Amino acid sequence: MAVETRERPAARRPGELTFVELLRWCWRQLTSMRTALVLLLLLALAAIPGSVIPQEEVDSLKASQWQDAHPDLTPVYERLGLFDVYGTPWFAAIYLLLTISLIGCFVPRIAVYAKALRSQPPATPRRLDRLPDHATYRTDETPDQVLARARALLAGQRIRRTDPDADSVSAERGQLREAGNLLFHVSVLVVMAGFAIGSLFGYQGGMIVVVGNGMSNDLTSYDDFNPGSLFGEEDLDDFYLDIEDFDVEWMTSGPAQGQARKFVSHVRYAEDGGEPEEYDLRVNHPLTIGDTGVFLIGHGYAPVITIRDGNGDVAYSGPTVFLPEDPSFRSIGVVKAPDARPQQIGLEGWFFPTYAFTEETGPFSVFGDAKNPAISMQAYVGDLGMDAGRSQSVYVLDKSDVELVESPDGSMFRVDLALGDTVDLPNGAGSVTFEGLERWNKLQVSQTPGRWLTLVGVVLALLGLLGSLFIRPRRTWVRARRDEQGDTLVEVAVLARAGGDDVSTVLADLLAALKQDEQDEQNEQDEQHEREEPR
Amino acid sequence: MTDAGWEALSNQAVAGAGVLYFLALLALLAELVVARRVAEPADATAYESGAAGGLTVAIGPDAEAPTDADDRRREAFFGRLGLLLTGLAVVVHGFALLCRGLAADPNRVPWGNMYEFTLSGTFWIALLFLVALRRFALAWMAPVVVGVVLSLLMLAVLVLYAPIAPLTEALNSPWLVIHVVAAIIATAAFTLGGISSVLYLLKSREGASSKGYLARVPAPADLDRLSYRLHAFAFPVWTFAVLIAGPIWAYEAWSRYWGWDPKEVWALITWVVYAAYLHARATAGWRGRKAAWLAIVGVATLWFNFVGINYFSSTSQHAYAAPASHHASPEVGNLLGESRT
Repeated sequence: MAVETRERPAARRPGELTFVELLRWCWRQLTSMRTALVLLLLLALAAIPGSVIPQEEVDSLKASQWQDAHPDLTPVYERLGLFDVYGTPWFAAIYLLLTISLIGCFVPRIAVYAKALRSQPPATPRRLDRLPDHATYRTDETPDQVLARARALLAGQRIRRTDPDADSVSAERGQLREAGNLLFHVSVLVVMAGFAIGSLFGYQGGMIVVVGNGMSNDLTSYDDFNPGSLFGEEDLDDFYLDIEDFDVEWMTSGPAQGQARKFVSHVRYAEDGGEPEEYDLRVNHPLTIGDTGVFLIGHGYAPVITIRDGNGDVAYSGPTVFLPEDPSFRSIGVVKAPDARPQQIGLEGWFFPTYAFTEETGPFSVFGDAKNPAISMQAYVGDLGMDAGRSQSVYVLDKSDVELVESPDGSMFRVDLALGDTVDLPNGAGSVTFEGLERWNKLQVSQTPGRWLTLVGVVLALLGLLGSLFIRPRRTWVRARRDEQGDTLVEVAVLARAGGDDVSTVLADLLAALKQDEQDEQNEQDEQHEREEPR
Repeated sequence: MTDAGWEALSNQAVAGAGVLYFLALLALLAELVVARRVAEPADATAYESGAAGGLTVAIGPDAEAPTDADDRRREAFFGRLGLLLTGLAVVVHGFALLCRGLAADPNRVPWGNMYEFTLSGTFWIALLFLVALRRFALAWMAPVVVGVVLSLLMLAVLVLYAPIAPLTEALNSPWLVIHVVAAIIATAAFTLGGISSVLYLLKSREGASSKGYLARVPAPADLDRLSYRLHAFAFPVWTFAVLIAGPIWAYEAWSRYWGWDPKEVWALITWVVYAAYLHARATAGWRGRKAAWLAIVGVATLWFNFVGINYFSSTSQHAYAAPASHHASPEVGNLLGESRT
């Protein structure tokens, strides 16, 4: 091998690249289809852990429960970002590399395509019989007659402009396939941009509103609030919303007995201090106020509980939100009376909309509707830990400085109350009254800017995809010339330029159309080219 | 007719469709057995002319002709019978779905839980097969398709059956029709594509010397093209189902169009794998066997998403698709873990 024919700088060993060459090599590797394929598969693989391990962004409660249950794995997983897979640098690295690969792949292709659009279909190859789908026949028509008919038959396609005395027609169709392909890949970028805008400038929040009450759209109204990193408080739309009434229908028979349906919240809202308007808020039917969407995603009970303290003063009174735990709406809740004197009082326990009791099961709820509402709670007295200024969940009782209230004889004491009943706490600590029952709605409130951009992007991507899959680019050539016997020899070839395309029938149809005037000759000729063209 | 009557009729129709698919499968297998007899004599006579003995010895070249023609006629008869029975089974299968929808109060589309989704999915697999049968000359595929449909249908009845129930509130949306129909059609077409990819791998390993059923299967190049066409049809439908209709519905119901819910993640994984398949077919070194493997991985992720996620994931908001639907009603699930300070 003539390896040493060219002189190389002495400092360079074989295979060594300059920095620029190295960059170019990296770029070529990155933008190659093979790399794109590997990155696509990596992306699929990297997405899996996030579907198996509870994600903080998706379900924070499940995630923290999982972390409590796996104390050894949790630190390792945390370091790997496995509780927020889709926000980790390694996940981002994959899709960013994929994006660069995609851009590097299709930007040059746009230029190539633009050039191809301006240029003529290629000249007719000298040997048409070398193409996989071709046929020949003889006719006593003149070449001009054949070519004129070929031009007419191929009129819908791009035809190469040729000299008047040329012996062939060259036509091309289906160039839009590549346009579809490019549109698809550009649209993927549009979708990513729309998604990014939504995540950066949008927010999601949730709040529980007791029916009959309302909310105004500021941060203090939210129970949980997840803003994008570029979302500012001033971006919140200015509106208020009251839940005036709430209807729900309970199934009393059939296999779905006990299931609730047809929830409707009758709300009244006003934007920017304007005229109030009414809306029936239902699941799957969000309310849009300005750029903000309001969604009804849940409901439950808020028993009205009054606590009187040891001095006989009302220390707490009002509807208290209980969270449903099962389809029968057995709900768990906490009542805190930090103003109770001499000792603060806390309650923790369940609410049962249709209370029932058996020795085996203990208290339970038969049904989600409030047919026989009752609460069954335990009472605590002491320091509820609310004075230190630490924030604490309203659904959790800090039991570090309280003691469980027991009966004077030391047996278990429970606050078991039907609607309207009152019970005195032992040792004159106070009393608890189950005064009434309210309902609450869980509202999800969000702004998702860029979602129309995302939608347009994904629709365009689909259109592009359809084009790139179903438009079939083909080239067709017809050549006609006099042979030595004075007959006209016609050669026809069709070239499929996309995989999965079978042009044998296209060729047969074209032949049949070309030969329509020569019915006599046709039978013989058909047999001839069928022999030539193995299917 | 009462709702209970419709439900019973639906169950009977499912059983009837099952029996018809089974008979169709028997006929198609009989076709294969007869076809084998037709294929064998060529080498058998060469062999037996030397070594006498056995029962088939009497069949000489002269005596063979009429038997051969007989067998060919029988083969064609069994083939036609199998396809006819398949067609009948699809009609009864469709009727079962219709009754299932009429049994619900209020009437609804018959894909509210996994049993119904499987019932619909298998129906679409069989229907798409029949629609494509003539156009792509797919008669050779019939035994596998009918076998797959019958097995899935049996699984649905034995494992996934759930009595008819009204939809949970979150499912009560026109997008249930649009999103799920598209997902089911895509699933059916991907499944057919997966079948032809498996056969492609088997056939290309056996080569021209393949025997038995594989001898009837078209050449690897044709299988590859068929597989591509099925996937090319299914991929845009899947794109529409999970990346357009799904997010629109998710936004209306849950306030976000994409929330990395496990079901969404796996739908995306399936999409990415099939996108890789389509690219692989255009990449040197990947087309052929590697691309076929990608198609098989794709169909595995697809079915894992449908079955597996419902059982293995605790956080999916799509959990109501599981058999124990009323134990995981989403309106309850959403509420836990919210805290106010």
